[in-house]
Amino acid sequence: MTTKNIMIVGVGGQGTLLTSRILGGIITKAGYDVKLSEVHGMAQRGGSVVTFVRYGDAVAEPIVEEGQADVLIAFERLEALRYAHFLKKDGVIIVNDQRIDPITVVTGAAQYPENIIENLKKDYNVVDVDAMEEAKKLGNSKVFNTIIVGVAAKRMDFEKSQWLEVIEATVPPKTIEINKAAFEAGYAM
Amino acid sequence: MSETKIMLGNEAIARGAYEAGVKVSSAYPGTPSTEISENIVKYPEIYAEWAPNEKVAMEVAIGASISGVRAMASMKMVGVNVASDPLYTVSYIGANGGLVLAAADDPGLYSSQNEQDSRCVARVAQVPVLEPSDSQEAKDFTKLAFEYSERYDTPVMVRTTTRLAHSQGPVTLEPRQEIPDKPYERSAAKHVMMPVNAKGRHVHVENRLRQMAEDACDFEINKAVYKDTSVGFITSGIPYTYVAEAMPDASVLKLGLVHPLPRKLIEEFASKVDKLYIFEELEPLIEEQVRSWGINCIGKELFTLQGEYSANMIRERVLGMKIETAAPAQVPARPPILCPGCPHRSTFSVLKKLGIHGAGDIGCYTLGAVAPLNVIDTTVCMGASISTLHGMEKAKGKDYIKNWVALIGDSTFLHTGVNSLMNMVYNQSTGTVLILDNSTTGMTGHQDHAATGKMLNGKETKAISLYHLCKAIGVEHVYEVDAFDIDELETVVKREVARDEVSVIIVCAPCALLKSQATRAKCVAIPEKCKKCGMCLVPGCPALTKNEDGTVTIDDTQCNGCGLCMKRCKFDAIERVE
Repeated sequence: MTTKNIMIVGVGGQGTLLTSRILGGIITKAGYDVKLSEVHGMAQRGGSVVTFVRYGDAVAEPIVEEGQADVLIAFERLEALRYAHFLKKDGVIIVNDQRIDPITVVTGAAQYPENIIENLKKDYNVVDVDAMEEAKKLGNSKVFNTIIVGVAAKRMDFEKSQWLEVIEATVPPKTIEINKAAFEAGYAM
Repeated sequence: MSETKIMLGNEAIARGAYEAGVKVSSAYPGTPSTEISENIVKYPEIYAEWAPNEKVAMEVAIGASISGVRAMASMKMVGVNVASDPLYTVSYIGANGGLVLAAADDPGLYSSQNEQDSRCVARVAQVPVLEPSDSQEAKDFTKLAFEYSERYDTPVMVRTTTRLAHSQGPVTLEPRQEIPDKPYERSAAKHVMMPVNAKGRHVHVENRLRQMAEDACDFEINKAVYKDTSVGFITSGIPYTYVAEAMPDASVLKLGLVHPLPRKLIEEFASKVDKLYIFEELEPLIEEQVRSWGINCIGKELFTLQGEYSANMIRERVLGMKIETAAPAQVPARPPILCPGCPHRSTFSVLKKLGIHGAGDIGCYTLGAVAPLNVIDTTVCMGASISTLHGMEKAKGKDYIKNWVALIGDSTFLHTGVNSLMNMVYNQSTGTVLILDNSTTGMTGHQDHAATGKMLNGKETKAISLYHLCKAIGVEHVYEVDAFDIDELETVVKREVARDEVSVIIVCAPCALLKSQATRAKCVAIPEKCKKCGMCLVPGCPALTKNEDGTVTIDDTQCNGCGLCMKRCKFDAIERVE
């Protein structure tokens, strides 16, 4: 099989690393070779963070290059726009419709672009979700990233039961139930 | 029996040390090496510590090796510079128990102050270098490094880069080898590096490199795979994966040992391929040696000296393909910034108000160099803030630095700031040093250090008092101020900068991200009272945004409740609620 390329992008501190652990877990469970590439150290300082996930029969390089991503999972909409050019022409963007102003916008040096999601929909397959809203409905805004995992999972080729097993094995034990509920909510969208 | 696990490259190095029977590990945090120690400490069989700096860490590992056990020191590449003194000489001393230095370079400068190539340091120090290409090799090569260290009586460098250290891949686990301690025998000729002994050891150094270079032609980790011989690549580390991705049918000589080079193997490979490329990030370490043997090859005339490589680079520059992708969108940059609630933001907002220049240092507070704070003027390396300030004063006189301070963190101060402060006292300068004490080594992910009272393994220990340390060095004027007490901080800074004697102001407040600092308190803006003066926005806290009508909204998901904005507001238009 051709190697599949996934990117997870967001703002440092949003929890992209947990999502990449879950993805790494399911890919391994399904028996594929996998490489993930992360950003550590500076990531909590509110900067732009990217994780590359590649899986297949035998994965060589650990990075996804421009024009090669099958799926772009974006935790924040400016980051979706920033990395959109990494997508293949028929790639899918799953974007959490949240806005976090970068310091360049906070200081007035730059303007936060308008209509990001509408414009992305002109060129790419886009699935947008307000994961924060959904998470608040479940009672804990922190599980918004598991909701996004659910949305992405629906558009990937792994068994739903496997996803749930991996989530159970990956998230903090006290949060297993709410994370599973979050995943189900995302999967149902 | 063997289990396969997905592991970070750094985790795999730690696992390699475990399986190799390592008993002692010492390190100082530094991206991208930090996770090595954070994983090693999980193995109860290994004693693992944070040392105040990399020179100490290297020396600790040397002591353990001399006494007969396998030992490792880990650090980022600029840390290798700090450890250089012991490294160059332990190269002569060699190893009793295997001795490995795990050095992590940062091509692409994800979080470092330079883009140096540590393979070159090892070459000058005459230390062999192993370079893994994925997590499995990171583990395997670490184990091999200890074997080579003992076989050839040499320290060995295992060299990684950010892309390897922070990538995850499958690793097959094996059990720990229980290596019996080597006996220690007194031998001044081997261990006491005074000139008469060092002369003899230098001969050993040259001999062992020659021997290893010959043996390396048969090492399994130096592998030539011949496919299409019209193109051949000599490569190593992560760059090998880009060759495998872009040109899977090319012939490849993959080097696992990049110093010393297996000359005969390289000559043989070169003779069997039509066009030879040397594909290595940063310095042309391999290329220059290959050229010096009279072998034709293509290297840095085609590939860059800076930055990370990629498969696309090969596709474009070797295959001449035109990579057509959509243009990147023009979007606002999102650089890293100080977190909401960071005490450094409070400190810098005071310094900014006073128009103070900062001789800066390495840590989260280095971010004070960018907008909107723009307080830091210079940053060189760990500890340099204090020594450069002293240098400026000695060059231009005390009035030149009347509106300057040195800015250094607590961990950085204990790393190498201490000696610089001694210099100020001993050599009579008058500058003011601010130690930004947030009770952690922050930027690298909140590690403990000698003043936090906790060790790497979580045990409680003596906490060095920065106040008493400065006093003991002979600084008379040492003051402790709360970072968020902006009025007091302003008063003390003004007073001490004007004073014609060395002063130290220890600006205290714990890092906002420390678990102990988790708080429910939030600041809330009251638009009816807001005079739209913008005072709250000046420090650039990311939780505050200016609305179209000029009032301010505070994002409660980001707000840490530190109260800096509230203190700056003269109109009580911000309050803190629990």
